[in-house]
Amino acid sequence: MTVGRDQQALEQQIKENLRRVFRDKAEEKVPDRFLDLLAQLRQLDEVKDGQ
Amino acid sequence: MANDALRLDPRDELVTHLGPMRAFALSLTRNGAQADDLVQETLVKAWKNLDKFTPGTNMQAWLFTILRNSFYSSRRKSAREVADPDGIAAAGLSEKPAHDGVLALGDFMVAFRQLPVEQREALSLIGASGFSYDEAAEMCGVAVGTIKSRVNRGRSRLVELLSADGEDFVSITDLVTEAVVNTTARGGGFAG
Repeated sequence: MTVGRDQQALEQQIKENLRRVFRDKAEEKVPDRFLDLLAQLRQLDEVKDGQ
Repeated sequence: MANDALRLDPRDELVTHLGPMRAFALSLTRNGAQADDLVQETLVKAWKNLDKFTPGTNMQAWLFTILRNSFYSSRRKSAREVADPDGIAAAGLSEKPAHDGVLALGDFMVAFRQLPVEQREALSLIGASGFSYDEAAEMCGVAVGTIKSRVNRGRSRLVELLSADGEDFVSITDLVTEAVVNTTARGGGFAG
């Protein structure tokens, strides 16, 4: 049936859109603030380990 | 074991999950700035608790669990702080425009943003991140059936919302077509 096929096509589009939106965001360049934060956390650990 | 020797230091592995964490956070918060604040909070908590992470297990699932727990915890806190008996603030949040770099899929995102947070979360974990129902259920602390139900309801609602958009589009197009046909019939068309 056309309606069933349309619904299936729409559901498929929804699945693809969901994956695409998520993938696009996940593949964005990570802002420096996070890399800086990880570097700071690592530094703090090294200071603690040195004590 | 060779695998142990090759295994990343968990602290080095964290950085490889930042992208998916930002995407998951955005699906929960619907706001880019809040999503990044949530990721930052998650990173600090994860770093402090790395000794509780079991090497060789799924770090992304572990990070997502911390992230969602932080999200719901701050949401509960905000609910206590901001009295919103009429749901006015909540309505404003759901209408918030997109500032998150995914405008290319505007219609889909508008519909997705209208879903309840539990359905957005389930769809993000199952449909987008590729976790199994069992994994998602464990991460969310609910039964597998609950996750399945949230995914199904979320998908059905998206179909409804996007189908409705399609019908609106068709009816508008029909009106335009009708206007053009009428204009042409009255001799106002492009043909000379």
